[in-house]
Amino acid sequence: MVARYVVLHFRSPARVMDLFFWPLMELLVWGFFTVYLQRSLGGTPTLLSSLLFAMVFWDILYRAQQSVSLAFMEEMWTRNILNLLISPLRTWEWVASAYLYGLLKTMIVAAFLMAAAVGLYALDPGSLGLLFVPFFVNLLLMGWALGLVTAGLLIRFGHAAEAIIWGVPFLIQPFSAVFYPLSVYPAWLKPLCLLLPSTLVMEGMRAAILENAMPWNQLGGAFAMNLIYLALASALYGWLLEEGRATGRVVRLTA
Amino acid sequence: MPEPRVALDGVEMSFDGVRALDGFSFAAGAGEIVGLLGPNGAGKTTALHILLGFLKPTKGEVRVLGMSPFERRYDVYARVNFTSAYVQLPFNLTVERNLRIFAELYNVPEPEKKISALVERLGLGALRKAKTGALSSGEQTRLNLAKSLLNDPEVIFLDEPTASLDPDIADRVRELLKAERKERGVTMVYTSHNMAEVEALCDRVIFLNKGRKIAEGTPAEIRAKFGQETLEGVFLKVSREGAE
Repeated sequence: MVARYVVLHFRSPARVMDLFFWPLMELLVWGFFTVYLQRSLGGTPTLLSSLLFAMVFWDILYRAQQSVSLAFMEEMWTRNILNLLISPLRTWEWVASAYLYGLLKTMIVAAFLMAAAVGLYALDPGSLGLLFVPFFVNLLLMGWALGLVTAGLLIRFGHAAEAIIWGVPFLIQPFSAVFYPLSVYPAWLKPLCLLLPSTLVMEGMRAAILENAMPWNQLGGAFAMNLIYLALASALYGWLLEEGRATGRVVRLTA
Repeated sequence: MPEPRVALDGVEMSFDGVRALDGFSFAAGAGEIVGLLGPNGAGKTTALHILLGFLKPTKGEVRVLGMSPFERRYDVYARVNFTSAYVQLPFNLTVERNLRIFAELYNVPEPEKKISALVERLGLGALRKAKTGALSSGEQTRLNLAKSLLNDPEVIFLDEPTASLDPDIADRVRELLKAERKERGVTMVYTSHNMAEVEALCDRVIFLNKGRKIAEGTPAEIRAKFGQETLEGVFLKVSREGAE
């Protein structure tokens, strides 16, 4: 199944653009914005690095979510979903293949964006060092959980819910402290923001770059939350799929 | 008496208060080809979906190969298959790759040999490297059929499998299905609006209307019961006069 998703991906120009073109466009916007900040407003190099890492991190979360959702969506678009649902393919095998495909895709996007940021904007990858890995893992786990919830909603609401695939990440972005610190939020909103692992990752990244601190609390908190969210997302997806089977909703997905 | 391979017993199914199946029962044994016929909304596709485990009936028992497709789903799915004019394989993949993937999902031994034999039998040999999206609708239907035969299923569910085939290819498909039945004793549950095809292929026909079985028997018995010369005549009578 993973090989199949990879082949499907590279046979589709639109999907290949997901890997390179659109992430590059985002990087250019934020890259030039950081150049502007540095030249006109005198931003410090570490602040600029944190902005570029924030952009790369956000894309990791976004692509991880999309990979899982699109792996399911692809079967709806191609009207292949019933073929898979009556095959001996277990639900967990299907989900695991979507996760692995997401991991592969996200690794390619992250490597490409980091290389482009280093080449175009002189981003110092050493400013995060090996901490990049646990941040990446946390964002990947959160992206998987979001992707699974989105896929579940697609089963429940069918084609009407397709917009959710693209919209879900942008529902949480304003509350994830991506390009600004948690301190800018009003006091009443902060506890809600802290329920998002992405907020802890972004805060941890800034602490590591701007204060040279080891963000163990943020990493540990994000990881614990991600495990809980992934378990909840798996349960929700499994329930919606079973409910979709029992009510015939999955059959209507091919219509 | 051996247990039937496929059985519905007193199955009821309602959607939003509308009864799609009303106490429907039937069974099919090894090597039998059973056609489910009826006007749109008669309940034949609902019955097929219940057998496939895609719809849980509100009442009644469902058995496929002696098992419930809801409780032992994967045991059932490994031994049955399905094709429909309304289901497709990914367009971006070649014929060969699509079949290869499903051969792996079904754990088919010697997949290359099996795929080669099937594409030759279905007249797809020259199209092995063609993208599925480049195939004509008839070729895609044959590819779907090839997929449904990959795992040498004991039961095949066919939902209007020849809907977009020209008469020559449709005839070849029917011959292939008959050969599968003869060689391996495959049980087939078949829905179609092509009455001539049903007559040529099915051992037994079940006519449904408004979720109820209104007739069951060989095509000849059904024609006799409704006093019609063809099954098409029966179909028109049932559809227009609403025979129950």
